[in-house]
Amino acid sequence: MKTRFDLGFWLVLVAIAVIAFPPILGQNAALREKTFTILLAIVMASSLNIIMGYTGYVSFGHVVFYGLGGYMGMYLVDNFAAPLPLAVLAGGIISGALAFLLGKAILRLRGAYFALVTIGINEAVRTFVSNFQPFGAATGIELQFAVYKPYGGPAQALWFVYYSVVGLAIFGVVFSYWLKKSKFGLALMTIREDEDAAEVLGIFTPDAKTWAFVFSAILPGMLGALFFFKNGNVEPSDAFRLGFSIESLVMIMLGGQGTVLGPILGALSYQQLRGALLTSDIVIGAFPLKDFQLVISGVLLLLIVLFIPSGFVGWLRQRIPQLRRVLE
Amino acid sequence: MTILLSVQGVTKRFGGLQALTRVTFDLPQGQILGLIGPNGAGKTTLFNTINGVYVPDEGRTMFRGKDVTGKKSYELSRMGMARTHQIVRPLNDLTVLENVMAGACFGRENHPLDAAEKIAKEVLSFVGLNARSSQLAGSLNVAQKKRLEMARALAAKPYLLLLDEVLAGLNPSEIDGMVQTVLNIREQGITIIMIEHVMKAVMNVSDRIIVLDYGHQIAEGSPEEVVNNPKVVEAYLGDTRMVKHLVREA
Repeated sequence: MKTRFDLGFWLVLVAIAVIAFPPILGQNAALREKTFTILLAIVMASSLNIIMGYTGYVSFGHVVFYGLGGYMGMYLVDNFAAPLPLAVLAGGIISGALAFLLGKAILRLRGAYFALVTIGINEAVRTFVSNFQPFGAATGIELQFAVYKPYGGPAQALWFVYYSVVGLAIFGVVFSYWLKKSKFGLALMTIREDEDAAEVLGIFTPDAKTWAFVFSAILPGMLGALFFFKNGNVEPSDAFRLGFSIESLVMIMLGGQGTVLGPILGALSYQQLRGALLTSDIVIGAFPLKDFQLVISGVLLLLIVLFIPSGFVGWLRQRIPQLRRVLE
Repeated sequence: MTILLSVQGVTKRFGGLQALTRVTFDLPQGQILGLIGPNGAGKTTLFNTINGVYVPDEGRTMFRGKDVTGKKSYELSRMGMARTHQIVRPLNDLTVLENVMAGACFGRENHPLDAAEKIAKEVLSFVGLNARSSQLAGSLNVAQKKRLEMARALAAKPYLLLLDEVLAGLNPSEIDGMVQTVLNIREQGITIIMIEHVMKAVMNVSDRIIVLDYGHQIAEGSPEEVVNNPKVVEAYLGDTRMVKHLVREA
């Protein structure tokens, strides 16, 4: 614990660099699009990991923060021609604020009850947004082509968005690492291991849990603003897609919850698998299978929970104790 | 002699069950108070009420001169109260060192990580667990887990330490070691309340003893006074006359 930024830290940073730099070096647009989805998944999984892996609260409807942040960003860009960094920041702030308000109320619930309520909240927010006129109600918000002008046109804007997501990913994993090594991180892990014992030890559990929830909500909010800006339009069914929440859970479980490296590896491997499944033609009879990756992710989740509940990195840590200091 | 803890008429009910009835005592600083009684007498409930897990239905508790009735356990911990649990609650996926650091980080002195690590190492060698500090807490045996609980509580540098059956499940040599540790803790000036079923140990260690039975405080005094109190014998063995009668018949 003495050296905060040791080997494990550099390992995590190198992992992000290896993933993020090839498209930049080759200025390869196709590779960039593929890598974008991987980085998006990494940020989402690393953020969810703070509340789920560190604190032990499974937020099933975490996509609500992504969707709400996306809507907030799109609203500002569309109505006030806000510059992208400002829209992204606003997306993060509104998601953080929602998490803060929800935190004190729903983090009293434990286990499955908390998980269920988060799904309910996602549905509630989606229904609200579907009827909320400033956010375009059911049809959502569509950006004019002109908004990409300040970035040198749509093609350049895509690069700008890509650099931004690389920035978010680096910030996300550094923050996640720092948090785990901090005193606050120790409080969260104590809560995860035994919440009653944590209270007796002097941890202000309601505050700690609320802040963990806020920290896990901010980056998804920023990510949402970034993604939908790139996408050009946002609709309730895209923004609050519960499937994305579940996919993020699978990524964390696959890589190893509660570790910093786990969500990165989990997101990377899940997105590779998803890409392969989306481009292959799987047909049953005469009908192509839509969303086949969700079928796989369900099976994958089942297998992980049954056989390697601590995920890939967790499994390595258990098998080879010497790796404990390196694989954080 | 300053009074560290004062429990005044504390009553706790769970539905129709009267778990504690007007329990009243003062605990001077530096003493070891033994809390004994048959199973279900309300000993652990009293602990839970003192350290804020339960709010008493009636009565109040004063800690270091302040009324702390209804305060949460994390607030009381910051004020200098620490406890161990009858059923150990180690943080299984964290190392032994991290477990004890958690005690030092969030207890009364609220240390940053570096200082907490230093204290944790000291406390671990005090309870004799320093060789295991990088092991996961879940991999310890029962006796070691009990010591870990104690270390975690001590790392907070409490004024008052509540020990809930730290001797249960230990073998005779482990008991001797633990009793010595308890005495050493008192040497550091920490006031202790201990719930214990191992009579020989609790009689040797305690300055004063309170006996609970069905939530009532049936006796109080020095260990000698308590063992000769007919009410206590009755609580443990049943009706004394009946016992004598049975002994005669046997």
